[in-house]
Amino acid sequence: MRRRQFLGGLIAGPWVASAAGETLVIRNAKILTVTRGSFDGAILIRDGKIVEAGPTVNTPAAARIIDAAGQFVMPGIIDCHSHIGTEAVNEGSVSVSSMTGIEDTVNPEDIGIYRALAGGVTTANILHGSANAIGGKNVVIKMRWGKNAAEILLAGAAPGIKFALGENPKRRGGGLGAQLRYPATRMGVEDVIRDAFSEAKAYKAAWDDYNLGAARGERRIPPRRDLRLEPLVEVLEGKRFVHAHCYRADEILMLLRVADDFGFKVRTLQHVLEGYKVAKEIKEHGAGASTFSDWWSYKMEAFDAIPYNAALMHRRGVLVSLNSDSSELMRHLNQEAAKTVRYGGLSDEEALALITINPAKQLAIDDRVGSIEPGKDADLVIYDKHPLSNYAKVQRVFIDGQLYFDRDQDMSERAGKAERRKTLHEKQKPVPARRPQ
Amino acid sequence: MKSLPLLFSLAVFAADDSFVLRNVTIHPVTAASIPNATLVVTGGKIADFGPKAAVPRGARVIDGKGLHVYPGLIDSASNVGMSEVGSVRESVDIVELGDFNPQIRAIVAVNPSSDHIPVTRASGITSSLLFPGGGIIGGQAALVHLDGWTWEEMAIEKNVAMQMRMPTLAATTYTPAFGAGRRTFAETKRRYDERVKLISTFFEQARAYQKRKAAGGMAFAVDRRLEAILPVLEGRQSLMIFAAREPAVRDALAFAARENVKIVLAGVREAGQSVKDIAAQKVPVILGETLDLPLEEDSPYDSPFTLPGELHKAGVTFAFGSFSVQFARNLPFQAANAVGFGLPYEEALKAVTINAARIWGVADRIGSIEKGKWADLILTNGDPLEARSQVKQMWIQGRPVSLETRHTKLYEQYGKRP
Repeated sequence: MRRRQFLGGLIAGPWVASAAGETLVIRNAKILTVTRGSFDGAILIRDGKIVEAGPTVNTPAAARIIDAAGQFVMPGIIDCHSHIGTEAVNEGSVSVSSMTGIEDTVNPEDIGIYRALAGGVTTANILHGSANAIGGKNVVIKMRWGKNAAEILLAGAAPGIKFALGENPKRRGGGLGAQLRYPATRMGVEDVIRDAFSEAKAYKAAWDDYNLGAARGERRIPPRRDLRLEPLVEVLEGKRFVHAHCYRADEILMLLRVADDFGFKVRTLQHVLEGYKVAKEIKEHGAGASTFSDWWSYKMEAFDAIPYNAALMHRRGVLVSLNSDSSELMRHLNQEAAKTVRYGGLSDEEALALITINPAKQLAIDDRVGSIEPGKDADLVIYDKHPLSNYAKVQRVFIDGQLYFDRDQDMSERAGKAERRKTLHEKQKPVPARRPQ
Repeated sequence: MKSLPLLFSLAVFAADDSFVLRNVTIHPVTAASIPNATLVVTGGKIADFGPKAAVPRGARVIDGKGLHVYPGLIDSASNVGMSEVGSVRESVDIVELGDFNPQIRAIVAVNPSSDHIPVTRASGITSSLLFPGGGIIGGQAALVHLDGWTWEEMAIEKNVAMQMRMPTLAATTYTPAFGAGRRTFAETKRRYDERVKLISTFFEQARAYQKRKAAGGMAFAVDRRLEAILPVLEGRQSLMIFAAREPAVRDALAFAARENVKIVLAGVREAGQSVKDIAAQKVPVILGETLDLPLEEDSPYDSPFTLPGELHKAGVTFAFGSFSVQFARNLPFQAANAVGFGLPYEEALKAVTINAARIWGVADRIGSIEKGKWADLILTNGDPLEARSQVKQMWIQGRPVSLETRHTKLYEQYGKRP
């Protein structure tokens, strides 16, 4: 805890808290809207929302002007798979941990949030880990650095839950020393999921029956509430998104078929490194795919991973995004997107969509974020060069029209912070005890 | 007899390792770029290049209109070919058991048919320094071409450097059975002192062995372990010392001065005050991943990005290494990222070409486009440090090398799925 107070004292934000009703104009910029083309122009922002974006915009006299001459503005990056801002990631003691949720462990002071912000990320899907076939519930956060745990949540984002297939959930089924936990194979992973949904279906039927009776005025004892099955009932009812960690084509297909049998949709396949092999089936099911740009070979199930995965799935009509699953990779998702131009020949706009509007659609928040369009949240990143260049760096980041990251300011505060750090270190040194002579 | 010279030249230029590249922009790295130029390769070596380089009669001419030629890139720290699947122990040959293994050699564990070799090549990397890990002295690193039927054919320098790891005061521990843990400071310090002592004892033994060997006589018996460290003692081989943090860097510099050995620092992640000493002692550095997290929670968010620029400003010579298998192909982007944060572009390019060649003592053969050097070349449609550019062709010692990989094959195969 002491560590966190230490940090909290050193880094404060947002730097510019725009009062409600403030009007902001970013002008002279090269604007990459992602959904509505690119042009030299300006963006008008009011009450945290984009009002207008075009070659010229109506600039009210009272507007604060940000001159972005020679710079590029793009929508804030959205990471569809991250574990920052949490105190805990995996509840791995059981194979179904749907009763757990990241919301209970949100840590808004995780430095990962500030660093992600400095990498142009404004929104992230914070997922449970992949230790079990059915994991815990997620949250979607905005990088509102300096705000509390409740304030960083993106209100209104659809709830979701993590699933995991392949090597990770079966890991505890083997090995030496560790207490064994079912499952040990991909067969067992399917079994765990089918078992859980069979239970959830029965549980839902019991409640439906009870509610029907209650509506008729019958007085019955309600079924016992089951916090483990409730989220799965929400999945069956289409009220909770499934974000499924997966690698190999066989396990991907398995989950799609299980979902078909139980009548729910897999919202996103996460990592989905062999997605290119079953892109047709993914498209038919209607699942989105959130993958790495070029990770491969770090484990057996990643050996057929190819950097062309995003391009191949995209060409088959799958809704594709690139994610980080890493607080480091998260800092340069723009560079990861650039790799899809190299591997698979996507256009610049298609590449940028993989880290903006596509993940927004996957999380069903595309009415709020993911592109530069009137009515959307003013979540914007200003780069000094085209964001798909490996030489580009983030200059400023706005969330809801507020400046949350400013490189110049960050740099100008460094000397002072170093000084304060030194003072704090001095204070931490133990005072030598005076001993009686 | 009259036709002999012609026949001769035909034979030379019909060979696989002789050709002419025309209409290209040549980026020699050691000199200014030359647009609309011609490059002549004969017998695997660069024979001539420039706007007016003469095309020998009968030469196989490749038109590279709109394309760029660079020297093949060099990864100064890699494990490509020594590991196939990270999590499958049986496929990994990087870390040996034991603290002092100067006699072991990375070169013999390089699998020429590893799928990682073509994948790494596809990013324009033609040579890699492959190092063994583990212990204090981990063994001998090899500098190889990323092409060859055997590791012998791949080798540029089989035993180019001795790998060593500086002891640290890191208190965190990790064991598979108990997971992450921490040692007390007293215990950490005791272990550190013990390891520092082990190093000085080892070098004392080695010096004594050196003397015994020089003295000769019946009593002298060869010790393979100590024999292997002699090239380091005699200044014929560099010690590649891994030192991430400043205290380890300081220790390494002090060690080099004390033992009078030639060192290359590797994996430096913070320079701090010791950057001046690194420059003063003219110790070259192999920088690790630029795309990395800062060391401390309250370090500047961009500290790994700015480090190469800071070293350059201080006058330190450095090259980049990927220190990786799967991410070796991202070496060019590591260099590019440093440019965004203060490193001059030319220096970034040098750090993956000529500087690497100089540090490893092979600048007479690779690292730049110069007459007489090996034709380790890449033909690109743009800046090789940018992800959006593509490597179109590659030659190693003038031989055309395939850019097909496990990944391009799967891409083609599944792209055709009905």
